[in-house]
Amino acid sequence: MPTPILSKESLIPGKTSKLVLEAPQIAKKAQPGHFVILRMSEKGERIPLTIADADPEKGTITIVYLVMGKSTALLESLNTGDTILDLCGPLGRATHIEKRGTVICVGGGTGIAAMHHIAKGHSRIGNKVVGVIGARSKDLLLFEKELKSFVDELLISTDDGSYGHKGLVTELLKDRLEKDKDVFEVVAVGPVPMMAAVAETTKPFGVRTTVSLNSIMVDGIGMCGACRVSVGGETKFACVDGPEFDGHQVDFAELRRRLGAFREQETLSLEQWRCSCHGK
Amino acid sequence: MENNTPKKPAIPRTAMPCQPPEERRHNFKEVALGYTKEMAAAEASRCMQCKKPLCVGGCPVEVPIRDFIREVQQGNLEEAYRIIKGTNSLPAVCGRVCPQERQCESKCVLGKKGEPVAIGRLERFVADSYIASSACEQVTGDNACAVPVKGKKVACIGSGPSSLTCAGVCAAAGIKVDVFEALHEPGGVLIYGIPAFRLPKNVVAIEINGLRQTGVDFHLNHVGGKTVDVAELAQEYDAVFIGVGAGLPMFLGVPGENLVGVFSANEYLTRVNLGRAYDFPNYDTPAYPGKNVTVFGAGNVAMDAARTALRMGAENVHVVYRRTRAEMPARLEEVEHAEEEGVQFAMLSAPLRFNGDENMLLKSVTLQKMELGEPDASGRRRPLPIAGSEYEMDTDLAIVALGTRSNPVLLDATPALKLNKRGYIEVNEETGETSMPGVFAGGDIVTGSATVILAMGAGRRAGQAIVKRILG
Ligand SMILES: Cc1cc2nc3c(=O)[nH]c(=O)nc-3n(C[C@H](O)[C@H](O)[C@H](O)COP(=O)(O)OP(=O)(O)OC[C@H]3O[C@@H](n4cnc5c(N)ncnc54)[C@H](O)[C@@H]3O)c2cc1C
Ligand SMILES: Cc1cc2nc3c(=O)[nH]c(=O)nc-3n(C[C@H](O)[C@H](O)[C@H](O)COP(=O)(O)OP(=O)(O)OC[C@H]3O[C@@H](n4cnc5c(N)ncnc54)[C@H](O)[C@@H]3O)c2cc1C
Ligand code: SF4
Ligand code: FES
Repeated sequence: MPTPILSKESLIPGKTSKLVLEAPQIAKKAQPGHFVILRMSEKGERIPLTIADADPEKGTITIVYLVMGKSTALLESLNTGDTILDLCGPLGRATHIEKRGTVICVGGGTGIAAMHHIAKGHSRIGNKVVGVIGARSKDLLLFEKELKSFVDELLISTDDGSYGHKGLVTELLKDRLEKDKDVFEVVAVGPVPMMAAVAETTKPFGVRTTVSLNSIMVDGIGMCGACRVSVGGETKFACVDGPEFDGHQVDFAELRRRLGAFREQETLSLEQWRCSCHGK
Repeated sequence: MENNTPKKPAIPRTAMPCQPPEERRHNFKEVALGYTKEMAAAEASRCMQCKKPLCVGGCPVEVPIRDFIREVQQGNLEEAYRIIKGTNSLPAVCGRVCPQERQCESKCVLGKKGEPVAIGRLERFVADSYIASSACEQVTGDNACAVPVKGKKVACIGSGPSSLTCAGVCAAAGIKVDVFEALHEPGGVLIYGIPAFRLPKNVVAIEINGLRQTGVDFHLNHVGGKTVDVAELAQEYDAVFIGVGAGLPMFLGVPGENLVGVFSANEYLTRVNLGRAYDFPNYDTPAYPGKNVTVFGAGNVAMDAARTALRMGAENVHVVYRRTRAEMPARLEEVEHAEEEGVQFAMLSAPLRFNGDENMLLKSVTLQKMELGEPDASGRRRPLPIAGSEYEMDTDLAIVALGTRSNPVLLDATPALKLNKRGYIEVNEETGETSMPGVFAGGDIVTGSATVILAMGAGRRAGQAIVKRILG
């Protein structure tokens, strides 16, 4: 049964949108940290997206995506009332959440939306949540309003200084960790270089650091090994062992290389699609 | 035994017509074209109609082989079909993929002096020729459809051969069945694993449509242990069958295994079969291109990966195996077909490490020569490394086909299921029932990677036990 899109909100025109999907079964079971696999059309590819929010009462889940290539471009071409052909989930291990004190949740780019669900989980259980979010400029910053509604503090940085601190999220993070010794965990979701930088920043402080890895996936249920990542020298399957891992143990360089494995084909796929669309 | 000695002079086994190797190595159309009526008649006439047919004992589901071949001899394909369907619900599949040379055909008396009757090919001929007149006949081989039983229903998790068979048995008894499959297409390995050049997708589709018409509902994108919970299903349904397959691919555990260019056979085949990467970019899922492909392993999965890589445009494909041809577990026919198509075999070789460039792209594999020592626990001679025999082979795409371990997704979420030492589900051998009352299991998730026919046999046994439990 195709999944209806109940609402679409454009966050960055043409680049990033937030979709609310009618998926009661998934909404009932979705925990922070979980993701779904979607397929937009009969000939489409399976792609993973994080569940950015879930409402079990309304039977809805929220996804937020950045247009990268053909599949996300196809998703962006859909509107309220359209349907998504295949939706599977909730997948992956839920975030480990326990009441311990102060947690810092760092989000970069589209990762802010994914981080949102995790931060919410920590807030619900009674942890003090400090949000740290960053983007290149003010107009690219997501989910500020959503996060503000429950976090205890929200720190913001932009690369160009158009809003909040001018610079990187890691600078805000370092500053905070120096002042606040009660932080029991740092969670980071965002582009690979950002997560690697966060892990680098927290290491001297010895604070537990959890990152959510976005390796390439096919089935999402442990049957293919496309998603394998090296964590502490061991091979793990991000879809069943993760996607969250100890940031101090992850081989980010390997992850970055593996994410580029299909770049040529991805470019071709997107170009062909753009041509065929403009031809019509 | 005396009545089982061949008396007639040996007629040679009827060859299977095939697409010529040069042509087929560039396409995904079926390789073996199937017997014509005349060929089937000629092959059937070789069967001696033994009083004590030994072949039947070689078949895991005891198809009455002699009887169906007798009907083929007499031209009664409809009756032949009924006879096969009586114990084997997917004959068009089994005729194509069973390792007959190790099952029924290995027991055939003609094999003692010459070549056994080509039982698998005849089975396929019958299944392909006879078009069932109704969905109910498609599923059961019988036109007397059961009256739906009100208020009883069964859930099957997974949609491979074990679940399809269990679903068929229950549906034939009039019980409503809901199948929950994690992927977006039903069929299990028959769809995402075994390539179309060996098992065309429409052969599986016909079976699934038959099931649909007899009241089996397929709920795709439903993961047992995630979307639906086994314990919850057990509450809601009169019985649950778990047939989720083995799953988790094993890797070699050698350095460089995560380089870009090293894939599990499961991933490579899933991209090509389920994702239709052979028709990229018309379909969106890409497969990694390779000029010099190496495949590690020697089972059916390895043969399928090697032959798929050829069809995807590889210049050289080497199957690397640490034993010799005689020990290869793949179906003989697949090995022969692979050889004809130009797949090369690097026997008595084992990988030590994968080597990449500065961008982590796979460039070569370092192999070590092996020799065979004393037989090990499996009865096969143990491969032993030869010191100082390392050599390097260029490769830009390596496909690892070493088998699978049990998939943790459903099992981790269902702690009440008792597992055996190897991590597979423990069941009552006769009924397939697990440690959770009313929850049954079968196929690869119970036995570890095995065969289609064994998975079907398990699905059938469990299905019969379920029907008995529900209907008395
Ligand atoms: C667990 C997980 C959660 C994710 N959550 C989000 C999210 O909430 N929002 C979001 O915008 N993105 C998310 N991603 C990344 C998202 O899946 C990719 O951006 C998307 O698949 C790109 O597909 P495409 O066809 O548009 O682009 P392509 O042109 O196909 O690829 C662009 C890049 O995306 C990556 N990619 C390609 N195919 C896949 C694939 N099958 N699986 C994973 N990555 C792939 C590759 O690095 C590739 O270079 C997540 C990834 C994972 C693994
Ligand atoms: C490439 C390849 C070639 C093969 N060739 C041959 C051959 O020539 N001859 C032969 O006899 N055997 C062959 N086999 C082995 C044979 O296919 C298997 O033994 C058989 O398919 C097992 O059947 P099954 O019903 O146990 O599960 P599978 O066929 O593995 O199907 C399991 C299904 O369950 C689904 N699933 C998994 N987890 C979940 C979950 N949590 N919830 C819901 N669904 C789930 C999977 O997506 C899959 O569709 C081959 C296997 C492979 C991989
Ligand atoms: S089902 Fe397989 S083993 Fe049995 S008769 Fe047919 S081919 Fe032989
Ligand atoms: S995506 Fe296939 S195993 Fe993780």
